[in-house]
Amino acid sequence: MTTITADHYDDHAHDHHDADHKPAFFQRWFMSTNHKDIGTLYLIFAIFAGVVGGAISGLMRVELREPGIQYLQTWANFQHSLLGVEPATLDQAYHLWNALITAHGLIMVFFMVMPAIIGGFGNWFVPIMIGAPDMAFPRMNNISFWLLVPAFLLLLGSAFVPGGTGYGAGTGWTVYAPLSTSGSAGPAVDMAILSLHISGASSILGAINFITTILNMRAPGMTLHKMPLFVWSVLVTAFLLLLALPVLAAAITMLLTDRNFGTTFYDAAGGGDPELYQHLFWFFGHPEVYIMILPGFGIVSQIISTFSRKPVFGYLGMAYAMVAIGVVGFVVWAHHMFTTGMSVNVKMYFTAATMVIAVPTGVKIFSWIATIWGGSISYKTPMVWALGFIFLFTVGGVTGVVLANGGVDDVLHDTYYVVAHFHYVLSLGAVFALFAGFYYWFPKMSGKMYNEFLGHLHFWVFFIGVNLLFFPMHFLGLSGMPRRYPDYPEAFAKWNGVATHGYEIMALGVLIFFVNIFWSLIAGRKAEGNPWGEGATTLEWTLSSPPPFHQFETLPVIEETAHH
Amino acid sequence: MASLPPSPFDRDRRNRRTMVAMAMVGLSMLGLGFASVPLYRIFCEQTGFGGTTQRAQAGVTVREATGHQLSIRFDSNVQPGMPWQFHPEHPTQTVTVGAKSMAIFVAKNMSDRPVTGSASFNVTPTQAGAYFTKIQCFCFTQQTLQPGQEVRMPVLYYVDPKILDDPDNRDTQEITLSYTFYPVERDGKAS
Repeated sequence: MTTITADHYDDHAHDHHDADHKPAFFQRWFMSTNHKDIGTLYLIFAIFAGVVGGAISGLMRVELREPGIQYLQTWANFQHSLLGVEPATLDQAYHLWNALITAHGLIMVFFMVMPAIIGGFGNWFVPIMIGAPDMAFPRMNNISFWLLVPAFLLLLGSAFVPGGTGYGAGTGWTVYAPLSTSGSAGPAVDMAILSLHISGASSILGAINFITTILNMRAPGMTLHKMPLFVWSVLVTAFLLLLALPVLAAAITMLLTDRNFGTTFYDAAGGGDPELYQHLFWFFGHPEVYIMILPGFGIVSQIISTFSRKPVFGYLGMAYAMVAIGVVGFVVWAHHMFTTGMSVNVKMYFTAATMVIAVPTGVKIFSWIATIWGGSISYKTPMVWALGFIFLFTVGGVTGVVLANGGVDDVLHDTYYVVAHFHYVLSLGAVFALFAGFYYWFPKMSGKMYNEFLGHLHFWVFFIGVNLLFFPMHFLGLSGMPRRYPDYPEAFAKWNGVATHGYEIMALGVLIFFVNIFWSLIAGRKAEGNPWGEGATTLEWTLSSPPPFHQFETLPVIEETAHH
Repeated sequence: MASLPPSPFDRDRRNRRTMVAMAMVGLSMLGLGFASVPLYRIFCEQTGFGGTTQRAQAGVTVREATGHQLSIRFDSNVQPGMPWQFHPEHPTQTVTVGAKSMAIFVAKNMSDRPVTGSASFNVTPTQAGAYFTKIQCFCFTQQTLQPGQEVRMPVLYYVDPKILDDPDNRDTQEITLSYTFYPVERDGKAS
C-alpha cells in the first residue's frame, strides 16, 4: 500500500505553532468553522436526538408488553392536559401512537444516524484522512449543522399542535398521501414536512461540501485509489444524498401545496395519483437506507484492518462495491411497494434488481472476513463492535433477500418481519457501526482512553438486549402481526413480552455507554497519538490526541512504496 | 512522486467550480422530482401501468372480432359527500375480444343545485390496462347535472385482441372497469 510521511505534532505543538489557538467559548461552539468542532457538535446533537428517539421507542415497547391498551390513554391525556384541552378520546390516543411511530422513525433516521455517521464522523475524519486542513467550505459546514437544530425543534414542536384526529404528525416516516394530505388537517404535518425540508437542505449542503473536499482537497500523493475506505464511503454517500434528497424535497413540496394551496398532485379528484408520491418517496427512501449504512461500512473497514493489523483485503473491490451498491440502490425502489398492484414483470424486475445488491454486499462481507483471516487480531472494544456489526448486518441482509421476493413480500408486507429486518440492518447495523466508530475514535477526539471493561460490558449487554428485542419480531411477523398498531391479539403476547425485556436490557447497555463516556472524560488515561499500534495506518493516527485545532499546516505527503 | 500542492488561489477556484457543478446536479434532481408528475402520467398512458386504459379515435377500425369472450364488470363510485347517484345500467357484460361494445352508466344529481363532476378511471387486473381501449367516454370531459337531472352516459370501448397474445393476461377472464366521480370546483381546476 502506502507509507505516510506527515508532521508529527507532539503535545507541545502549540508552543511552536499557532495551530492550537482556540477561540472563546461562544465563538468556538456557536460560530464554529472548524471541522472537528462541528463534528463534535454533530455527535452531541445525534446523541441527544438518539436519547429522545430511543425514549420514544421505550414508550412503545412498554405499551406493547401486553395485549390491550395499558398506558397509551394516560399518555394521551397527559399530552392533552399539557395543552389545556379536554382528555383524549380513544381515537386520539391511537393517533398519539401514530405520532410516536412517526417521531421515532424520523428522529432516528434524520436526527440520529445521519448526523452522527456523516456529520459527526465524516466531518471529524474525512479532512484528516485525506490530509486536508479543513473542509472545503467551513462556513457552509456551520450552516449545515445549525439548520439541523431548527429542523429538530420543528419536528418536536409538531407533537403539540393538531394533526388530524389528535395532536402531532401521525403519518409514519413515509408521510404517504392521502393520509398526510386530506387525512391530517392541522399544522402538525406541515411542521414535520418543513422539518424534513430543512434537514434535507442541511444534508445537501453537507454533501456538496464533502464532495468538494474529497475531490479537491486531498494531500499530494493521496490519489482516489489510496483514500481510506471511510473516505470512499462518505464520497459515495454524499453523491447518494445529492441525487436522492432533492427528489424528496420535490415530493414533499408537492405534499405541502396539496395540503395548503389546493393542488392535486396526489389527489385523484384532480387527476393526480397518490401512488406517484410513493414512487417519489421511495426513489429517495431506498438510497436513504444506503446513506445510513455506507459510512458504517467505511468505519468497519478501518476498524477491522486496524485490529487485524492487515490492510483491507481487496481494497479496490471494497471501494467499488460501495459504488455499485450506490448505483444499483437507485433502481430498486419499488420493492417497497410490491403490494400496490404491479404486474408480474415489474415485480420480477424489482425482485431481481434487489437481489443483485446482495452481490457487492457479499463482496464486502467476505472481504472483511478475509481481512480478519490470518490477521494478528486484538479484541479491543471497537473490534468487538465491528465483528458484531458484520454478524448482525448479515442476519439483516439475509432477511432482506427473503423480503426482496415480490411473492413473499405480499405475505410479509407491513408485518413485524419487515420491522425486524430493517432494525437488524439499521438499529443493529448502523448503530453498531456508530458505536464501533465512537470507541475507535474516542481517544483521538477526546484525548482520553475509554474504559475497556465498560466498553466490552456495553457491547455484551447491548448485543444481548437488541437480539432479544428484535429477533422475536421475525416470529411475530411470520405469524402475521402487522406493524404500527398499539394492540394485538393474545397469541402474540409471549414474543412481545420478550421483546420488551430485550428493550430493557438494551437500555441498560446504553446507560453503561454513558457511564463509560463520563468516566473516560473525567478519569480516562491520556491517549497517545496512536493508541492502536501499527495496524492503524490512516493519517489521523499521525496526529496528537486530540489533534491540534488546525492540523496539516504543512501538508503531509503520501508516498508510494513497492511492497504492501 | 508527489506533485506540488496547488496554490490556495487555484484551490479556491477549483472548489467553487466543483460546488457549482454539484449544486447543478442537486437542482436538476429537484427539477426531475417535479418533472416526474407529467412524466409519470405519460408513462402510465403509454404503458397502461396501474390499469390506465387506452384511448382510440372515433371511427377506428377494429381488427375483426376473435370469438374469444371476456366478462367486463363495471364499478362505480362517487367521492363521499358528492350528491350524485351513479351506477352502471348492467353490472356486467360479456363481450367478444376485439368487438366494439357499449356500456351505459346512469348518473343523477340528488341535490338542489347544479353539480359538475369529473370521473377518474382504471381497470383491474392492471395489466389489462394496455388493451382496454375506449373510443368514447363520459370520463373524457366534465359532466354538469342540473338539480334532479338524470343522464344516461355511454362508454364505447373494445378490448384489443392483442391481449390474447400477452402471457401476463393468459389468466384474465374478467376485466373490471372502475369509475369514481369527483366534484369539480367552479373554476374547473380538475382535469
